[in-house]
Amino acid sequence: MDAFLTQAFVYLLAAVVAVPIAKRLGLGSVLGYLIAGIVIGPDVLGFVGSEGQDVLHFAEFGVVLMLFVIGLELEPSLLWRLRGPILGMGGLQVSLSTAAITGGGLAFGLPWNEALAVGMILALSSTAIVLQTLGEKGQLETSGGRSAFSVLLFQDIAVIPMLALLPLLGSGSHGAEAGESGHAESASMLAGLPGWAQTLAVLGAVAIIVVGGRYLIRPLLRAIARTRSREVFTAMALTLVIGIALLMQLVGLSAALGTFLAGVVLATSEYRHELESNIDPFKGLLLGLFFLAVGASIDFGLIAEQTGTIVGIALGVMLLKFLVLFVLAKGFGLRGDPALLFSFALPQMGEFAFVLFSFATQEGVLGSEIVDPLVAAVAISMALTPLLLLVNDRVIRPRFGTKESEETRPMDDMHAGARVLIAGFGYFGATVGRLLRAKNVETTVLEYDSDRVDLLRDMGLEVYYGDATREDLLEIAGARKARLIVIALPTPEMTMDVVRTVQKHFPELEVFARAFDWPDAVDLREAGVDHVYWQSLDTAMRAGRDVLSELGFRAYAAQRATRTFVRLDQESMEALMGVERDDRSVYVSVARERIENLERVLRRDIESDGGARDLGWDPDSLRTEYGDGDASGDPAAAS
Amino acid sequence: MARVLILFAHPVLEKSRVHRRLVAATPRSERVTVHDLYEEYPDFDIDVAREQRLLLDHDVIVFQHPLYWYSGPPLLKEWLDLVLEHGWAYGSEGDALHGKVVLQAISAGGHASAYCEEGYNRWTIRQYLRPFEGTARLCGMTYLPPWVVFGTHRLGASDIEAWGEAWSRTVGWLVDEGWRDLEPDPNALLVEGAEECAPWPPPGVPEGVQPERAPNIARNAPVGDVPSESREP
Ligand SMILES: Cc1cc2nc3c(=O)[nH]c(=O)nc-3n(C[C@H](O)[C@H](O)[C@H](O)COP(=O)(O)O)c2cc1C
Repeated sequence: MDAFLTQAFVYLLAAVVAVPIAKRLGLGSVLGYLIAGIVIGPDVLGFVGSEGQDVLHFAEFGVVLMLFVIGLELEPSLLWRLRGPILGMGGLQVSLSTAAITGGGLAFGLPWNEALAVGMILALSSTAIVLQTLGEKGQLETSGGRSAFSVLLFQDIAVIPMLALLPLLGSGSHGAEAGESGHAESASMLAGLPGWAQTLAVLGAVAIIVVGGRYLIRPLLRAIARTRSREVFTAMALTLVIGIALLMQLVGLSAALGTFLAGVVLATSEYRHELESNIDPFKGLLLGLFFLAVGASIDFGLIAEQTGTIVGIALGVMLLKFLVLFVLAKGFGLRGDPALLFSFALPQMGEFAFVLFSFATQEGVLGSEIVDPLVAAVAISMALTPLLLLVNDRVIRPRFGTKESEETRPMDDMHAGARVLIAGFGYFGATVGRLLRAKNVETTVLEYDSDRVDLLRDMGLEVYYGDATREDLLEIAGARKARLIVIALPTPEMTMDVVRTVQKHFPELEVFARAFDWPDAVDLREAGVDHVYWQSLDTAMRAGRDVLSELGFRAYAAQRATRTFVRLDQESMEALMGVERDDRSVYVSVARERIENLERVLRRDIESDGGARDLGWDPDSLRTEYGDGDASGDPAAAS
Repeated sequence: MARVLILFAHPVLEKSRVHRRLVAATPRSERVTVHDLYEEYPDFDIDVAREQRLLLDHDVIVFQHPLYWYSGPPLLKEWLDLVLEHGWAYGSEGDALHGKVVLQAISAGGHASAYCEEGYNRWTIRQYLRPFEGTARLCGMTYLPPWVVFGTHRLGASDIEAWGEAWSRTVGWLVDEGWRDLEPDPNALLVEGAEECAPWPPPGVPEGVQPERAPNIARNAPVGDVPSESREP
């Protein structure tokens, strides 16, 4: 227990110190973690020793969580649109890079089977580093970033046939090391079954995720959401992801791929944002841990011994992969900045290499004299990636990149957020939402009543379950990209909570808030909200207008009087804001304050004449000037 | 006999003298529909389909309004913009209104003698109303000479009363399709505007301008009784 806490303390402290510094220096969090990892690792401070490897395995689960979250943000339709890049670019990247690296291996005298194994393993890139780094820079949504994502997705799929292929490459020369297996990845329960049965099991598992996601998980989440207990929902989310990961390992699939799939299935569900905001902190921590562990696992002793070889491998392989990527980028029509981004993002080797190398060693394909320097090279290449991207951003792109900037592309694809958020979908919020929908304004609705969410989704509305007072949920719902938020929550307190959260974390987001009564409206105005809607004002005015009309006033006159009244009301409120602030201490109680307010309003109404005179229309002065003095002439008087 | 639709637009009828009388004097009959636009659409939210149905149901369309800044009140313009749709009222397929007749019935503060080339309003009423005339023409409708009450500021109660009777007769004349005998004259008005041009600056109090008697409807216009079935019951 103590050892565990000490370790946790060391890792967390390293992260807390290193990441802010790295970010301040513009290096990004990934580099911060990696450096922190190196510093606490065995070769520098020595806070962590060999157990770093175990931590690495544990932290790989962060990658699984990351893919789940990515899946959540990726609707099936979008995935379908990306099928071209995934299969085309991804397929070519993996096969061409494998071929190139295998060729390199052969040139250095490796036997063909070992060269091929190394080629396959090193062809893969690091999903964790690339997505985290690009995501942090906001480059995932650019065309270059999207292409990189597609390739990474294909690589995740490619791991499966690789796991199947690697044992076949075993020449027996390293047989001594075989047999010490026990890795989940290598020992799927189905290993003993014939090929067709394995295939069936794999298909079955995928079917379970897709069908289960649709028809089982959603009702389950709904039931849990009803309990309104946040921890249970979080527990449920984690259970879900871990369960899927286990199922995948059972049939020998990549856990990351399975959770990704589950994410995509749930991407259209109302719990998408809530799931995401629950998983996100775990994902972030585990990924950080993963990067730390990668840094700590770099064996500087070995590197010092074989500097030339290891650095040579790292740089050589990255160069080969870079060239393949660049050719692919051109071939798939990426030009300028996106092509550079794509090519600089993916040349490193990834976390799958760690898994596959240990698997290959167990299967007797590769000996440790080959694997050890390779693993070191992998770690170096991962550490280099954020640096490379930084160089691309700061040095290369400004010089060679085209001005066809990615930012100018319409955000029509991944993560493209809605333009309006509506918090609270009671009658008020729903009415606003319906109007916006009628004008085809995209809205994301957050509602905390799970029964209502169901009902509205059945009606085909884009409604999500979630608590809008939470900053992280707002973030995920797209608060950064939305133009404005309509707050129509059931109580003034909740409304004020959201107002404060928005003002603090999303100052760009314009707030349109519903107020419940007059003092409430004043409070909101005083809090700096420009658009305040006192909910009974308009209804009361409509009723008043109709009453006037019924009493024989011209409808248009009643209409104008109403509008003037609303305007005056607004002015009274503004006028009172100042007064109130100055005299606040004088007021004895809130109730008293409200009565005083009402009094002021009534007095103002009487002083102004309610806008009764529209002087432009007034014929009296005209008649006085041009008429013959019979200005009061009433036609009725003549008859 | 024709069915007459009076599209009435006055934003402040409560302050009106002339049009209040004219509306009151309009003969009520199943052949005459008074459609009070500002009362129907106080928020300018015009029901286009309903307006088009009304138009189809009538043969004569009357735009009745006070002259505001040499034009109609804004709701009337909104009405024209929204109701006379392309492909319905005009355009190669827009023939819904073809053959109908338009009469513009207005009141103007300025005196008749001011609405002429040397007068202080510089142009004639007919010229000022060209946009309406053009609109009617484009929709394939016949634009009658406008019916005008001039010099409203100096009308006394009895004058206004007389104008009411004149209007009542004119509406009856419309129902009876009296316009069929009119000779087309691009400058004519359905009212006698015989005064001399009054030069700029505006005259103080021109003489003899108020119609003591019921105003004469120009030339061929009838000065007779409203047909009996058009009378108020
Ligand atoms: C806003 C406004 C604009 C006016 N513009 C004109 C004008 O351009 N020419 C004119 O002769 N009279 C003008 N007048 C006078 C009106 O035409 C006159 O007051 C009206 O016809 C009287 O009819 P009523 O008693 O039914 O309101 C204007 C009056 C107002 C209130």
